[in-house]
Amino acid sequence: MHGLINRSIQCFIRDTHGADAWADIVRAADLDFDQFEAMLEYDDALTYAVLDAAAERLSRPREMLMEDLGTFLVTNPRQQAPRRLLRFCGLTFMEFLHSLDDLHDRARLAVPELELPRLELLGYRETGDFSLYCRWRNPGFGHVMIGILRAMADDYGALVFLEHMGTEGCCERISIRLLEAAFSEGRHFSLSQGLQQGRSTGPARMEIAR
Amino acid sequence: MMDGGLINGTITLEQEGLALLLPMHVVADRHGVITACGPTARKLCPGREIIGENLFSVIDFRRPCGIRTIADLLHAQGQKLHLRARDGHDIPLKGIAVPLPGQGCLLSLSFGIAIVDAVARLDLNASDFAPTDLAVEMLFLVEAKSAAMAASRELNEKLQKARMAAEEQAYTDTLTGLCNRRAADRMLSRLVESGEKFSLMHLDLDFFKAVNDTHGHAAGDHVLQQVARILKEETREEDLVARVGGDEFILLISRITDHERLDGIARRIIAGLEQPIPYGDVICRISGSIGTTISDYYEIPEIDRMMQDADSALYASKHKGRACHTIFIPQPQPRNGAAGSAEADRQGELPRRADRADQ
Repeated sequence: MHGLINRSIQCFIRDTHGADAWADIVRAADLDFDQFEAMLEYDDALTYAVLDAAAERLSRPREMLMEDLGTFLVTNPRQQAPRRLLRFCGLTFMEFLHSLDDLHDRARLAVPELELPRLELLGYRETGDFSLYCRWRNPGFGHVMIGILRAMADDYGALVFLEHMGTEGCCERISIRLLEAAFSEGRHFSLSQGLQQGRSTGPARMEIAR
Repeated sequence: MMDGGLINGTITLEQEGLALLLPMHVVADRHGVITACGPTARKLCPGREIIGENLFSVIDFRRPCGIRTIADLLHAQGQKLHLRARDGHDIPLKGIAVPLPGQGCLLSLSFGIAIVDAVARLDLNASDFAPTDLAVEMLFLVEAKSAAMAASRELNEKLQKARMAAEEQAYTDTLTGLCNRRAADRMLSRLVESGEKFSLMHLDLDFFKAVNDTHGHAAGDHVLQQVARILKEETREEDLVARVGGDEFILLISRITDHERLDGIARRIIAGLEQPIPYGDVICRISGSIGTTISDYYEIPEIDRMMQDADSALYASKHKGRACHTIFIPQPQPRNGAAGSAEADRQGELPRRADRADQ
């Protein structure tokens, strides 16, 4: 699995449960390094060794941990890129849901080696009932998706009800009930913010950005 | 015949529809007066109502050259136009113009590669672009690439640091912190290539084995560390001091080939080495023998040859009863005029015993 995913798991555990917890998990998972590199590729088995060790160490079901990881990805203030890149996908939460089919290819556009689950959204806008099919050789990432969707709904200010409906083969199904697309204000999103932050800008440019 | 708004090859379109398709369009009449524009085009000049203004006072037509009237513009129909908004920021634009009935003109604009700056300056958001416009996708890509590059850069920096640390280790003698043989070889070949004058001293400690045998390896290690300190003290920043064997050292002295000065350096080193070195309850005593050769002797200095010559000078020092410094005396070589005459000046030079009274 790509280092970006493994690194996210590491940051999630370290930021939310502390460096000691991470050190314990590294030991329990029998890693021969103490941190993942974001731009390297790792064996899938290592990721699950870490997730299982984390579930054990933190006394939480693996599924719940993966869901929290998804939420952390979007809400972590120290790493804004995932949230911003997801917000680029649509102007509203509905548009965002419709763009999920492209997520796999969008990720590949940014980092060609980065492999994510293939997503497919089925359902009707009228009733607000959708099913998201999440296909990947690596099981359990539907739970990460639930965490991401929950955080993104908050970000857009939408009210949704999400549920993991189980796994068939390599396919996980998530039920999405969109109760209210514009329930609350949501978080502000500016197209240029991240670009300005990402650059080494002088005071003049920052002034313009404001 | 009428089919879906198409009449005799003409499409009739409501203005709202046009605004959705082309949010960055501008319509001007045959006199160049702007009569309508899309919502994003309206934002090009913040705080300014552009409807009713002259197109050419709002937009600077740069390429092709010489477009000053609507007639010029229509003449360039189908060509890619390079423009700038006269908004105070000179935001670059790309455009294309087509004629409208009544000799007016429809101009469709985009930001092209300037999109990143334009979005920040004009505070645009995704609803300012048609869904078919790749502008937002491009911003996505720019941001995604920046994030990916940042991650790559982080990894590269880490690898670079690891490489430097490994390289330093590879060139360092871990016990003394001095350079090792590899570093000495590298420096020696650099000096030879640069053609700079230098001297090569080969130092072998005397009585060191006795320290090791009598007081143990820990004492020996301590002595070696003190030797390293003395050698560093007695040489300059630009010189190189390397430990090349258990108790063997090489010193590369740049730009000094004067015999007296070299002898002075060697004598100070030997005097330093002969200072008693306390280790716990015991006092360790050592000395050193040095053999030196200088680059002046060789028309083209060769590393192996110089090492050999420094070695034989060192052997001479040992032979003289240790604690000596000897400068190598080259054998006369008839075919080598330069070395021959230099050698003649040195006829009287003999291995000298370091003056122990100097301590």
